[in-house]
Amino acid sequence: MSGHHPTSELEHPVARWLDSRLPIISAMKAQFIDFPTPKNLNYFWTFGGILMLMLVVQIISGVVLAMHYTPHVDRAFESVEMIMRDVNYGWLIRYIHANGASMFFVAVYIHLARGLYYGSYKAPREVLWGIGVIILILMMAIAFMGYVLPWGQMSFWGATVITNLFSAIPLVGAPIVEWLWGGFAVGNPTLNRFFSLHYLLPFVLAGLVFLHVWALHVPGNNNPTGVPVKTPKDAIPFHPYYTVKDGFAIVCFIIFFAFWVFYAPNYLGHADNYIPANPLVTPAHIVPEWYLLPFYAILRAIPSKLGGVIAMFAALIVLFFLPWLDTSRVRSGAFRPMFKVFFWIFVAACIGLGYLGAQPAEGIYIVFARILTIYYFAHFLVVLPLLGIFETPRPLPNSISEAVLKGQGGSATVPAGAASAPEKRG
Amino acid sequence: MFKTKAGVNALVLAAALSVGGAQLAHAAEADFELKNVDFSFEGPFGTFDRGQLQRGYKVYVESCAGCHGIDYLAFRNLGEPGGPEFSEDVVSVLAEEFPRQVTDGPDETGEMFERPGTPPDRLPPPFPNEAAARAANGGAYPPDLSVIAKARAGGPDYIYSILTGYEEPPADVEMRPGQYYNAYFPGHAIGMPPPLDDGLVSFDDGAPETLDQYAKDVSAFLMWTAEPKLEARRRLGFEVMVFLIIFAGMMYFSYKKLWRDVEH
Ligand code: HEC
Ligand code: HEM
Repeated sequence: MSGHHPTSELEHPVARWLDSRLPIISAMKAQFIDFPTPKNLNYFWTFGGILMLMLVVQIISGVVLAMHYTPHVDRAFESVEMIMRDVNYGWLIRYIHANGASMFFVAVYIHLARGLYYGSYKAPREVLWGIGVIILILMMAIAFMGYVLPWGQMSFWGATVITNLFSAIPLVGAPIVEWLWGGFAVGNPTLNRFFSLHYLLPFVLAGLVFLHVWALHVPGNNNPTGVPVKTPKDAIPFHPYYTVKDGFAIVCFIIFFAFWVFYAPNYLGHADNYIPANPLVTPAHIVPEWYLLPFYAILRAIPSKLGGVIAMFAALIVLFFLPWLDTSRVRSGAFRPMFKVFFWIFVAACIGLGYLGAQPAEGIYIVFARILTIYYFAHFLVVLPLLGIFETPRPLPNSISEAVLKGQGGSATVPAGAASAPEKRG
Repeated sequence: MFKTKAGVNALVLAAALSVGGAQLAHAAEADFELKNVDFSFEGPFGTFDRGQLQRGYKVYVESCAGCHGIDYLAFRNLGEPGGPEFSEDVVSVLAEEFPRQVTDGPDETGEMFERPGTPPDRLPPPFPNEAAARAANGGAYPPDLSVIAKARAGGPDYIYSILTGYEEPPADVEMRPGQYYNAYFPGHAIGMPPPLDDGLVSFDDGAPETLDQYAKDVSAFLMWTAEPKLEARRRLGFEVMVFLIIFAGMMYFSYKKLWRDVEH
């Protein structure tokens, strides 16, 4: 990492001794305390920190659950209920973990939308962005496998539907699916391997998060103006300025999280998952968790199975190419009048897809799902490349400090949840 | 300067809506309105009514236990805080007097044997397996009721609606033998004979001995078996919320003080 803090500045002799052999203290100080950060970041920049918190929450609550959970088809459902009844504060740990997954996705989608709006994927942050996309895909895989573990009806049938997707692959499809199952249907071997991977992959995720932060700390943070930091006046040290500001926002997010855990712990889940898995009874509607619904809608919108699978994965893969698909030289959407409009249409299209993913795949729903699927891809493949050519951006400020003085800095004074402008009104 | 206020609101709305989408998925399943009971445990500060849970247990034992188990419930739970809170002595008597004995063993000769229940035992199930349960119920399977209140959209309102929803079938609907018309069951043909009737169970606390009261009490009781930690959860939740809100306030003023001199 760049910019190591000199070891000689450390006061304590033991710290100096350690640091001259492994410069971990000075590296931490340079990267997380003194790190120069644009002074105009708004609350949308807090979601990175929130995501870090949620990963830690999921890992800690997950490790405790794993101490009491039994990965066996005859025992899994019961062991989860026993966690809720007989383990001290087991109900709390399980509701934190189950709702924590939802909060994780709330945060990641806002984080992603922030990146899309302020052009955070553009040079020199393409690698940072790409790692982020891998993190998103891995998160989805982890959450999907976690949802299988309580072995309710939606666990079983969700696993059946999603693993069956691989049967669409020509020639090798069927053997691949049997290999994934470890048998001829979703069963005990499937549950066991899902548990093993659900335990392992979050630590892989933590490694990716480390790379993500590393890649962030090379160019430093983007900011609402998209204009890079030019003079020391544009930046402030991360600590205490952003530890306190982010700390405030994170506590607000925890309040939101706690509301679900304590007052509506089952609202985001599906009632059918409190029915023990039964291979002989298919639920009336098989729906994934809310955070996967837009992709589920894309999957079902395509009339061919293979086509649907390709479209669903393509919807994620296309994000990798975004840095090169967006041809505009201006980074921040704040200075792009036409882009702004299309950005919100795109957000609306994603929400629309999420709604349609929860509806039965028939009649008018399927028609709308097809229209929105086409629009989803058109946004990346047609709109963004053309906008860069035809749009006239607004004049950019010369520096962050200039923008701040003109009241265009972009830093908010009230959290995103409150009804207030992210940019100061001028 | 930049007109993104609407933008922020839209994003917050977006998050709220996408979360709401999950609920829409549930709502789409019920094609009729359930009856709505004003239970004491509704709302963020609601608690169970002990008398109601005690009556509900009695209704369960006398009217439902013959067909439905509550496998995850142990007799000791009946005396724990946040539930019916029977006294320790009463719990022992209830365990002993439960209509079925507990299967234990093997003993020193290797045989399984039956003995009266004790507080640590879980409620003994009515049937050894699903096939036996179906055979005794004309092919229909009486589900375990441990978490039924969480396993059906509408929860206790749904259970109440089912129990009070038996009707004469409309003239154009043909019922197969062993099926009963129920206004609230999906498809309306339920394999459960009407389990409750006025005067079936006697109460010693003066509560009305009516079908309606039984249905309410047993629905509340099944909500407790599904969420036995509901009261503890809400109590802790309140403390956590108070703490977090004060904490957020302190963070906010620290932030304001620290950033006062920064142009941003
Ligand atoms: C004679 C046996 C019998 C008795 C007594 C009985 N039930 Fe049932 N119950 C059944 C059967 C059989 C089903 C399955 C019905 C079906 O699937 O068609 C059932 C289903 C149910 C269901 C689930 C309905 C659904 O949505 O799937 C509930 C809830 C229920 N019973 C509650 C009760 C309660 C509460 C009592 C006591 C007041 C009770 N039952 C007494 C046999 C019984
Ligand atoms: C990226 C982080 C993680 C995510 C997003 C995640 C997500 C989930 C989800 C959605 C469930 C289903 C919850 C339910 O409906 O009951 C679940 C269950 C579970 N998870 Fe995780 N998890 C994560 C990390 C972990 C880790 C690190 C462990 C173990 C070390 C773990 C152990 C478990 C266990 C034992 C269950 C089954 C118990 C239950 O269903 O409540 N999880 N997880």
